[in-house]
Formats: sequence, structure tokens, C-alpha cells
Amino acid sequence: MIAEAGLAALWLATGFALVQVMLAWGAAKGALQGTGAAVMTALRRVAVVQGVLALAAFGLLIALFVLSDMSVELVVENSHSMKPLIYKIAGAWGNHEGSMLLWVTVLATAGAGVALFEKRLATATLAATLGAQAAIAIGFYAFLAFASNPFVRVSPAPLDGRGLNPLLQDPGLAFHPPTLYLGYVGLSVAFSFAVGALLMRDVGPAFARAMRPWVLAAWIFLTIGITAGSYWAYYELGWGGWWFWDPVENASLMPWLAATALLHSVTVLATRDGLRAWTVMLAVVAFSMSMIGTFLVRSGILVSVHAFAVDPTRGGFILALLGLYIGGALALFGARIGTVKQGATFELVSREGALVLNNLLLSVILGVVFIGTLYPLVAQAAGVQLSIGAPFFEKAAVPVGLALVAATAAGPLLKWRRDQWKTLFGKLLAPVGVGVIAFALVLALGGAHWMPSLALGLAAMLAVASVIPLFRRNLRRTPLHIYGMVTAHLGIAVSIAGMAADGAFKVERLAAISVGQNVTVGPYRVALLEVRPAVGPNWSALEAHLKATRGDDTPIDLFPQQRFFANPPTNTNEAAIATLLDGQLYTVIGQGDGAGRWQIRAWWKPFVTLIWAGGFLIALGGLLSLVGRVRRERRDAENDA
Amino acid sequence: MKRLLIWAPLALFALVFALVAGGLIKPADRTIHSAMVGKPLPALTMKPLLASKPGIDSAALKGKPRLLNVFASWCIPCIAEAPQLLKLKQAGVEIDAIAIRDTPEAVQAFLQRNGDPYARIGDDPTGKAQIALGSSGVPETFLIDDQGRIIDQHIGDIRADDIPAILAKLEAAK
Repeated sequence: MIAEAGLAALWLATGFALVQVMLAWGAAKGALQGTGAAVMTALRRVAVVQGVLALAAFGLLIALFVLSDMSVELVVENSHSMKPLIYKIAGAWGNHEGSMLLWVTVLATAGAGVALFEKRLATATLAATLGAQAAIAIGFYAFLAFASNPFVRVSPAPLDGRGLNPLLQDPGLAFHPPTLYLGYVGLSVAFSFAVGALLMRDVGPAFARAMRPWVLAAWIFLTIGITAGSYWAYYELGWGGWWFWDPVENASLMPWLAATALLHSVTVLATRDGLRAWTVMLAVVAFSMSMIGTFLVRSGILVSVHAFAVDPTRGGFILALLGLYIGGALALFGARIGTVKQGATFELVSREGALVLNNLLLSVILGVVFIGTLYPLVAQAAGVQLSIGAPFFEKAAVPVGLALVAATAAGPLLKWRRDQWKTLFGKLLAPVGVGVIAFALVLALGGAHWMPSLALGLAAMLAVASVIPLFRRNLRRTPLHIYGMVTAHLGIAVSIAGMAADGAFKVERLAAISVGQNVTVGPYRVALLEVRPAVGPNWSALEAHLKATRGDDTPIDLFPQQRFFANPPTNTNEAAIATLLDGQLYTVIGQGDGAGRWQIRAWWKPFVTLIWAGGFLIALGGLLSLVGRVRRERRDAENDA
Repeated sequence: MKRLLIWAPLALFALVFALVAGGLIKPADRTIHSAMVGKPLPALTMKPLLASKPGIDSAALKGKPRLLNVFASWCIPCIAEAPQLLKLKQAGVEIDAIAIRDTPEAVQAFLQRNGDPYARIGDDPTGKAQIALGSSGVPETFLIDDQGRIIDQHIGDIRADDIPAILAKLEAAK
């Protein structure tokens, strides 16, 4: 019955979404004529019910996985009764149908959130926004119902399931996709706000202030999701890398880049009433990138290590939705943006100017990633097979990224509307000095290429510059969102420093050694003490016991494993990683040669953890900013009343 | 100018949409064919694997179109392919073979069980000849014309419905 109830909840949610679109029409029309408050109330309630129904459907799917109901095809294909509970739950979204249901659930819940909490936006615009959100949901409900039904039964039911891909059986995975989806799909709210504002010709600071917390919240989740995903790939795949420029990774990076740009331009619109058209465009682009990303991942049109099933029917369906929603929004933009009056103007040297520069640089990086990701398709249309890898992205995006780091250092030091080059140079003196010294030191210490050295110098400069806005301020009276900005910018500096340190100074060793022998990597001598069998709840393994020593420090014991899973039969490599103050020692055990020698792969990665520490700092900055903004809005609302 | 700019995003999206739709309708052929297709057979001499059949000397593979089958007794799809090879042999096609990383005993048993379509079998114990041909797996079948040029490469096992096309290509190569 659970599966049928889940399907029923989905269909009901679809019905409510249809009603929501119609009510939105009525409420918007009514609001323009000064009536229709009752319709608006009904609209809000319908949006909430739609969200609750979607949540219920998703909850029921999780229940099916927890109960290991082997009469449901999705459970059979992706779960097994012997699996630990947490992976049964995670199995619900570790597959195509379940993850699409999660996608729609986030979409509907975000709409419900807007209906519940958005109080200050003009009624007509809010109604149109809720209508747009429901219209998107209808398309994806249809996709679930007609092309990706997660609740299909099988008869006869098999005795047990096929299990979940062991690579996905990791605590990291349990939370990675939901976090990422909250970010991806949370951006739909910005998209709907933009569509609503365009429809009602209401693009201005009020709209920007209403949209900002939603963009921030989605962006925080996206940041956490990408950071966590990067760390998960780093320790789970056993390649020692943390970013591979894989199409699926790029699919998550593109919305993040657009959302980061949007976050900054929406501030210009909210505070200074500038960049009206641009902000609306970015709001449309950010969620469009989410949808394009979903399509690229789900259609299997690009070759990726994240091998999802290739299915042209599903691909065609999502593509049609893409054409409808993105094409529709861009057409609306074209038709309406001419009627949006130009906002406030500003001088080149000003906070706005720096934010425009930030937006331009982010857009360039977005363009690079977009072209690099889709170029194999262009080549294919011309009859050539090729793939685009890290060298392209690094050559094309890294210099722009470094310019962006410099701009990030300067931006917050500028005044709104108009500032002087001279004052800016004065304020930048200390950060640039520190940066130059750091650059010179790294070059002098030797070993590093000039590019990562430059990155380290710029990171040092940004680290100093990012805290200057707190200088000579009453720290207790400084608004929380200033702390947020400082923390996020500092996070960028920390993350860039980690990337550059890893790029410049990492050491890799691959050796075949017998028990009792050593391999030296960076400052460590790693001895292979023993290779022995080990067992877990649903796997058996070969486990190496390594002892790593550096000088007179306490030796570190490491236990990398090669795991064998029975359901489905698969091998995985579990890296053993020792985290130290100045870096990580990363070890993997490979094949044995049958004559007593084992492949040991070891990396010394100085300060690599800063990459993810920085990522989480960026997200924390976003959170501080969000709390600060919401609190201020609430205070303003009380003052209004 | 401004009007153009306003509609640029939509135009750009339309372009991407068309591109992606194209990619979806015509999925990429991701099999990688040998660079040797269209070129003469590389000079290869392989010792006979079985006492009963000659080995392979690529200089001798001329005079009429033929198939050069890359196979192994340890390869499961090769078993599935065997009936089709026998049918091709009955149709009068000469089939020569390269046995990859194999032993005489295993191949003998394989041929006894699945039938023997081969005129010659060359021994390729290290896979060197296979690499020289630009073949990356078993089974693969190269179509050779009467001049000893490789005219086509069939990757994977030959299915029943592949036979007419292969016969037609060999006929055209005369």
C-alpha cells in the first residue's frame, strides 16, 4: 500500500500544482484591481499543501527502502536487506527516479516556504511567483509520472535486492545529493521571483530584497554540497584528486557561479536600485544552469565518471521541459525588460563598479565551464569525438579566477556610488604588501611553479584585505551581514591557499613493496607492516597496516583497504588518510603481484584540507549574512507596522 | 543594438537547445575504430598455434577477399560468434584467425566444441599482433580485400543479421 499511497500523493500534488497556477492567475489579477485577498490566502494554502504532498511522497519512498519492500522495482534495483540502515535511506535518492523525486520535493517545498514566509513583496508579484513555481513543478511531476515513476511494482517479487553501488555506501553520499539539490532547486525560487517580477513589471529594490534570502539560502546549500562532494570524491575514489572537471561536477559548479554573481548583483539592486535587467537575467540563468545540469546528468548525453543510465526518452522529456521553461523565461525577458526603467547609475570606481567586475569575471568563468562542458557535443555534431579535460579548464579559468580574487580583495574597500583610485590604493597598500611578500617567499623557498606561487600571494592578499572592513569599527555594532561577507571572503582566501599549496607542493609515490619494506613520500617514511583480511557489515577486505614516521614525531598507523562487496559484486579502494596540521598523508593499497609485493600509492598533500575548510567558511559566511539579513528585514517590517 | 542584446540570451539558448537536441537524437558512436582501416595489413608473421593448420604471414593474405578473426578460447562472446563464422565459411569465405594469449590445448578444445571455421590460426601469445592491427579486444574481425588491404573492422561478435552486410562488403572488394 505504501507505494500506491506515494503515487497517489504525487498525483494529488500535481493536481494542487494545477490549481495553484489558476489561483495565481486570479490572485495576481485581483491584486492589480485591489481585490482578491481571499484568493491570495487560498493560493498560499494550496502552495503549502502541494509542498506537504510532495514531502509525503518522498517520505513514503524512504519508508519503502527502510522496510526493504522488494515488490518495488526501485528498491530491488538499488537496495538489499542486509545493508546498514543509513544506506537504505540514502539508497532512496541514490538512483535516477528517487533523485528526481527529491528534486521535485525540494521544488515544491521551496514554493511552500515562499508561500509561508514571504510577507513584504507586492501581492501581485508574489502571486505570479507562486504561479511560476507551480508551473515548473507540473512539468517535473509529469516527468516523474510518465518517464520516471519511482513507485513501480514488480511481480513476482524477488527474495532480495541487487544492492547499492558500494562507492555510494559512504556517509558522505548520504548527505551530499540532498544538500546539493537544496541548492540547485532552491534557485528555482529566484527564477520564479524573476518571472513574477517580469510579469508584473515590478523589478526594483523590494523585489531584490525579497529574493535575496532565498538566493543566499540556496547558495549556502550549493556551497556546502560542492565542498562536501569534492571531499567525498577525494577520499572515496582513491585518486588523490579533489576536482576532476567532470561534466557532472561542472553541472554543479555552473549554478554556483551564476548564483554567486546573482548574490552580488542582487545586493546592488537592493541597496542602490542598480543593475535591474542584469539581476533578473542572472536569476533566470542561475536556475537554468541547474536545469541544464540536471539534464546533462540525467540524459547521459555526456560521458562522465558519474555513469548514470543513458536514456533518450528521459533525456528528450527533460529537454522539452528545459525548452519550455528556460525558453519561456528568456522570451518573457526579451518582451518585458524593455519596459523596466533603468535603475540608479554609478561611477566606475565604486562598490557597484567592483561588483559589476565581480559579475563579469564570474560570467567569464561560467562561460568557460559551459563551453568546455558542451564542446564535446559541438565536436560530435561535426563528426569528431573528443573530450575536454582539466588542462583546458585550468588554462582558461584559473587566470580569470585569480583576477577575481584580486577584485574580491578590492571590492569591499570601496564606497558605494563613487570613490577615488587614490583612497583605494591607500587601503590596498597593506594587503598588497603582504601578498607580494608571500609570493616572493614561496618563490624563494623554491620548488613551486610561478602560477601556484602567484595564487598563494593573492590568497594572502585577500586574507588581509577581507578583514579590513572590520577595521576601526565598533565590532559589537557591526551588522551581522558584514561579518558574513568578511567570513566568506576569508574562506575564499583559505580555499585558494589550499588549492595552490596542493598544486605546488604535493608529492606522489607509487611503489611495489613487500612487508617490512619502506617507501618515502614527502617528509614521511611509510613502512608496510602487514597485509591481512578484514570484514565489515556487508564487505570483506584486504587491509594493509602502514606505519608512517616523520623525524621524532609519534608514528602514525594507517589502514588502507581494498574492499570486496558481495551485493552487487564490486571492489572499492578505501584510502587511509592521516590529517595533520600541515597537510594530509593519503595512502592507498593496490594489487598484489602474487609474490609478496603490494602496490602502495602514497601522497603527501601539504595544507590540502584548507580547500574544504575554506569552502565551509564560505558557507558559514553565507549563513551569517542570511541570519543578519532576515533579522534586519524582520525589524524593518516591525517598524513599518 | 539594445534590442538585439535583449534577445541575445534567447537566441543563445536556442542554439544550445538545437545542439543538445541533435546530440540526443543522434547519440555519438563511441566505438573507436582502428587507425589501420583503409591501409594495407601490417607485416605480421605468426607461428602456427596448431600442428594441423598453418600460421599467419600477412604477405600471403592476398588474392581474394577474406576475414581475419581475432579470437581467444577464453572469450565468451567468441562462443556466441562461432555459428556465424561457420555460416560465413559455408558461404565460401576464407577465415583466418589470430588466437590471443592462448594455448594449443585450449584452442583445440574450443574448436571441437564450437566448430572450426578457420583456414589458418596464428599464435599471438603476448597480444603484440593484435596491437599492431589496432584491435583492442576479442572478438574482432577485420575485412581484408584481394590486395591485402584492411577495408573494415567489426568490433564485437558477429551477429546473424551482420552476415549479409559482411558478405556484400567482401563481394564488393573483389
